[in-house]
Amino acid sequence: MTRTDSATTDRARAVAETVTDPELPMLTLADLGVLREVSEVDGRVVVSITPTYTGCPAMDTMRDDLVHALETAGYRGVEVRTVLHPAWSSDWISEDGRGKLTEAGIAPPGPAPRRTPGPVPLTLVPPAPRGACPHCGSTDTETVSEFGATACRALRRCRACGEPFEQVKEI
Amino acid sequence: MSFDNAFEGLVEAGEDARWAFGTGFEDPLSGVDTTVPSDVDGADLAAYCLMLGDDALVFSHRLQQWCTNAPELEEEVALANIGLDLLGQARLLLARAGRADPVSPGRGEDSYAFFRDEHEFRNVRLAELERGDFGELIARLLVFSTWRLALFQALTASRDPVLAAVAAKGVKELTYHRDHAARWAVRLGDGTSSSRDRLSAGLAEIWPYVPELFVPHEVEARMAEARVGADPAAARAEFDDVVGRVLAAATLTRPEVAPRAGVSGRTGRDGVHTEAMGYLLAELQSVARTHPEATW
Repeated sequence: MTRTDSATTDRARAVAETVTDPELPMLTLADLGVLREVSEVDGRVVVSITPTYTGCPAMDTMRDDLVHALETAGYRGVEVRTVLHPAWSSDWISEDGRGKLTEAGIAPPGPAPRRTPGPVPLTLVPPAPRGACPHCGSTDTETVSEFGATACRALRRCRACGEPFEQVKEI
Repeated sequence: MSFDNAFEGLVEAGEDARWAFGTGFEDPLSGVDTTVPSDVDGADLAAYCLMLGDDALVFSHRLQQWCTNAPELEEEVALANIGLDLLGQARLLLARAGRADPVSPGRGEDSYAFFRDEHEFRNVRLAELERGDFGELIARLLVFSTWRLALFQALTASRDPVLAAVAAKGVKELTYHRDHAARWAVRLGDGTSSSRDRLSAGLAEIWPYVPELFVPHEVEARMAEARVGADPAAARAEFDDVVGRVLAAATLTRPEVAPRAGVSGRTGRDGVHTEAMGYLLAELQSVARTHPEATW
């Protein structure tokens, strides 16, 4: 197996980086931190992606969209590989991506919880939501539900302006 | 791009692959190195992954039965999300079983889910029990996610890198599943007399199936010994501690009911299930079996 890093790879990477997330179309897969690697193996473009959630049904669409974008750009025999380790974290969403989320009315996630070895601590009292209301900027917000329309989003409400909004969950 | 009819755009068509849920991408382990470590028994690893995968598949089926039945919209969304996480875990584990199995190498997730009979399913009986009321659901979700989280936390150190990666991701998800169930348990237990009664009844209903969770099947014992699997008996202390704290906050006590015996000591892990399992599989499998060649 030969692996090359050439101008072709750079161009293929540039194409892959334009593909957007099917559920959060304001973000590219690169913004979301799902796009792990674009390389050339034996003359074929190989794209590696990581699922945000184990059951994320958008993985199929991401794969199809990547193949479609690269084939439209002239690449043949594109292969999309899944990378499971290390598991995706919301910390991987780029600064650029966070700005685009806010602009679209979705609050970006706060820092993901740190894992320590041993039993996972039980959290009986939900932590207060972190981050600001994407509409008015107030940090006085509350949780409506920890679960939203997709696996990666929670429902919040701003106490200052009264508007409900979604936030990408910290994971 | 234009199409002669509205449906053409929805299916994958060669280079024009585009929006197409459910077509093409059928292998959740596509591109993942699934080589079984040389000193690990492939048949045991496959059997072990089926156990963990079946627990998730069968309970996710029970959770999705709450769609349109939950007491409020937010809860409906929550249960669907939790069910989807578990279904995702099941897909990876069943696919992992197929890659590890020396008898039927490459058997796919769909084949395991839709074309095995009841005695071939290895899930614990707790997962399959008939859907009860909301009190029963919260009791079962609390027990299931507390138990599974303890197992998965141990599995993050598995010598099978695929299992370790699935577990590391699963820990993040099971953490919020358990917190969600625990918070509801406190609200119901320390709530009205009606909510308290229903949670108590739910706990009493499922508690006979709790001891089974901690009795290692011989495959589980061998896999734990080989540091590939997690010893369920070792998860008991954490389970007792967490559930004890939740019940204390809910002002409830652990039910005192006798364990539900298996048949000659054989239970879910041996393929011996309760009456509810046949009905569940009929619903889960009938479409795939009626149209075995169908694609959608």
